[in-house]
Amino acid sequence: MTSDHAAEMSDHAVDIDKHVRVYITVFVALMVLTVITVAISYLHLSVPLAVTVALLIAIVKGSLVAGYFMHLVSEKKLIYAVLVLTVAFFVALLALPVFTHSNGFWIPE
Amino acid sequence: MSSPTGVAPPKPHGAHEAHHEELGFWRKYVFSTDHKVIGIQYAVTGLLFLLFGFSLMMLMRWNLAYPGAALPIIGQLFGEARMPGGTMLPEFYNELGAMHGTIMVFLGVVPLAVGGFGNFVLPLQIGAPDMAFPKINMVSYWCLFLGGITMLGSFLVPGGAAQSGWTSYTPLSVIAGSGQTWWLIGMIFLITSSLLGALNFITTTIQLRAKGLTFMRFPFFVWAQFVTAFLLLLAFPPLEAAGVMQLMDRVAGTNFFMPSGLVVSGQALTNVGGGNTLLWQHLFWFLAHPEVYVLILPGMGIVAEIIANNTRKPLWGYRSMVYSIIFLGFMSFIVWAHHMFMTGMGTAMAAFFQTTTMIISIPSVVILTALVISLWGGSIRFNTPMLFALAFLPMFGIGGLTGLPLGLNISDIPLHDTYYVIAHFHYVVAPGTIFALMAGIYYWFPKATGRRMNETLGKVHFWGSLVCMNVVFMPMFITGLAGVSRRLFDAGSAYDFAQPTMHWNVVSSWGAWLLAVFQLPFIFNFFSSIRNGEKVGENPWQATTIEWSAPSPPPHGNFVGAPQAYRGPYEYSVPGAGKDFVPQYEAS
Amino acid sequence: MDIPYTVELRRDTGLNNGKIGIWLFLASEVMLFGALFASYILIRVGAPSWPRGDTVLDVPLATFNTIVLISSSVTMVMAWASLMRRRFETFRMYMGGTILLGLTFLVVKYFEYGHHLELGEFPSTNNFLAVYYTLTGLHMLHVFGGMVVNAYFWGPGAKLWKTNPVWFTNRVEHSGLFWHFVDLVWIFLFPTLYLL
Repeated sequence: MTSDHAAEMSDHAVDIDKHVRVYITVFVALMVLTVITVAISYLHLSVPLAVTVALLIAIVKGSLVAGYFMHLVSEKKLIYAVLVLTVAFFVALLALPVFTHSNGFWIPE
Repeated sequence: MSSPTGVAPPKPHGAHEAHHEELGFWRKYVFSTDHKVIGIQYAVTGLLFLLFGFSLMMLMRWNLAYPGAALPIIGQLFGEARMPGGTMLPEFYNELGAMHGTIMVFLGVVPLAVGGFGNFVLPLQIGAPDMAFPKINMVSYWCLFLGGITMLGSFLVPGGAAQSGWTSYTPLSVIAGSGQTWWLIGMIFLITSSLLGALNFITTTIQLRAKGLTFMRFPFFVWAQFVTAFLLLLAFPPLEAAGVMQLMDRVAGTNFFMPSGLVVSGQALTNVGGGNTLLWQHLFWFLAHPEVYVLILPGMGIVAEIIANNTRKPLWGYRSMVYSIIFLGFMSFIVWAHHMFMTGMGTAMAAFFQTTTMIISIPSVVILTALVISLWGGSIRFNTPMLFALAFLPMFGIGGLTGLPLGLNISDIPLHDTYYVIAHFHYVVAPGTIFALMAGIYYWFPKATGRRMNETLGKVHFWGSLVCMNVVFMPMFITGLAGVSRRLFDAGSAYDFAQPTMHWNVVSSWGAWLLAVFQLPFIFNFFSSIRNGEKVGENPWQATTIEWSAPSPPPHGNFVGAPQAYRGPYEYSVPGAGKDFVPQYEAS
Repeated sequence: MDIPYTVELRRDTGLNNGKIGIWLFLASEVMLFGALFASYILIRVGAPSWPRGDTVLDVPLATFNTIVLISSSVTMVMAWASLMRRRFETFRMYMGGTILLGLTFLVVKYFEYGHHLELGEFPSTNNFLAVYYTLTGLHMLHVFGGMVVNAYFWGPGAKLWKTNPVWFTNRVEHSGLFWHFVDLVWIFLFPTLYLL
């Protein structure tokens, strides 16, 4: 391993200690949110409300995993660009079939 | 060891040989990780499947021209289950039709256009020593191979191969014979192959391009393959998911796609219902629409290279072409339900898909127009690649323009599922893409083998194919407009309204059989030129792009020393230059 | 032959090849699971009735599994962090933990499926179950795949640490990205199937 790499690795070692604290914090947050989402489900809310709440909590949890465990908060532009494109098509795939063929769901006949 | 931030210069070839032993036959030619070997494997596989898929159609065309007649000699080969007494059963016709489509699209064109040309040319054109992930590249070829074996093998299972169209619409495909299960398994292999290839192409293009080769200095072929790779990466997975669900319906008795109240041959099906059969169509077309752009984009890339080279002029409107191809790629994901106008969608959604479809025609027109204008004022060399590339323009024009009535809801109503559709898409793929691929073979054959193909045979191949393609497909616009449905094993002979157009089927059939004859000079030329073709050096076409700086054929590692790009890709006829082209890779 | 930027970062993108490759692969996986979620939406919206998840499925067991999987994501990222701190033995401990937690997830699912099958609840029984088995089944296959890769880097693949530690660290990072993605999918799958 060249000295450049060794230097990179030890710089990172300093950052890593900070990162590890973040990982533990995120872990605790994820546990708490898991408990919350299960607890709320016992309230048996109406379907639209239940879906909204569950989805919101899942999005927060997912963002924590993506942002911190997968390092997306500090990723390069290229990766963001690919993901933005993917999410756009993901949304189209989720929304358009159900708008097109579910008998008045969202869009009137 | 290379520095962490600079370009890693490839070591001179000699140093490598000292490090590893000479590879054995199997690792060098069969399980190779060299993109050139893999590219040739893909190309040869693709060409063989194109021939096979064409043969399936030639058989179908017998019953379309002479419905109910016994096919002499050849008809005896298929046994009582398929051609009793040499006359074709409708089930066999359906088998041939479904597999013709599947094989041509997924085992013929895509492996040749993307796997073949993409793998062989792309790294060379960007000055790279190989793909970013050579082992994954090898795996992707063998996934294709397994998929191909599965599809071919499916002809041998009881009940025969898939018979529900290349589109495998549910619920018919769910209740079909076991060949359909093999189709689904085959598709999973093919999709995996494409996904692995796509991520390789994208990573390679971004990371391994030569110093000085910025995105706006890419040859248009590179842009075409780059956008195509994104289409494959993001559009194929939904079909993979759908394939798994259809397999579950067939094998595990689920009802993802099986609607309630289904009656088959007078019997109501039990334990069936609750599913959404249109879900299959959504997931299928979510892939299959971008797939048609996968079929055409590499062809446009090839044609662009050949036109620039043989007009001795830069391409007109390069920037517009690049922005158009990016926009086209993006739009291709949100037009798919124009294949589903007849499924009972409301007017709002029909309007949405109609609008996006009309918008997507714009970038295609921009690209085609730019290519045509590129000819203006050129010193045109009419060699075989250029002939095919030139013919691509009007043929793709016809194919593209005839798509417009299909993209508008109101005109799609009488045209949907008729021969008009078959004519439209064959014009874009057959005298469109396949001509572009032929052009590419004649053009890059010298780079791959160090020899030229024979020009005379090439011209016979070209003119014969051009005439025959039109003889086959032009009449289908007529029969389609008359209302004759596609997928009828007897071309509508049972219908009164179809009678006035029946003779056109005979014309198309003879055109197809003659088209086959005109491929013989090509097949002969291809193999004999490997041995006997005129030997050439690095740059027989006096071209400007980086692949022409490598030896013909290039060695493992491609280049001696890292190439660099000093200018744009099409510096032909530069005023004041000593010759009529200034290569991209030549320092001033 | 050395492929450039396998380990060192290309200056203008700031990335190595493997990082781009794995994110592209994950993008395709987003579309795969997206199609399954889209199917779930279309089928459920069109169904005359649909049972609430907790009336069919075991929520406490799945909650436990959720905690297991999230924990395995933490151990995974700690495994990579250990390599960045050049602590190989700690890496092995965390990676081993990740594999064990993954195994726990699979074992729980085995019992979960087994229980349903005993009760005569098959994928063919109704669409809720069809969706449940298919979505969790495909997810499970991804868990298994991830575990195989993790096991490789814990075991035979760990040799690379001696010859090219930076490359090894990167490869563990990239496998981690896949593993986190599998966790991410479960974070959405769990409430969708079990709680709604």
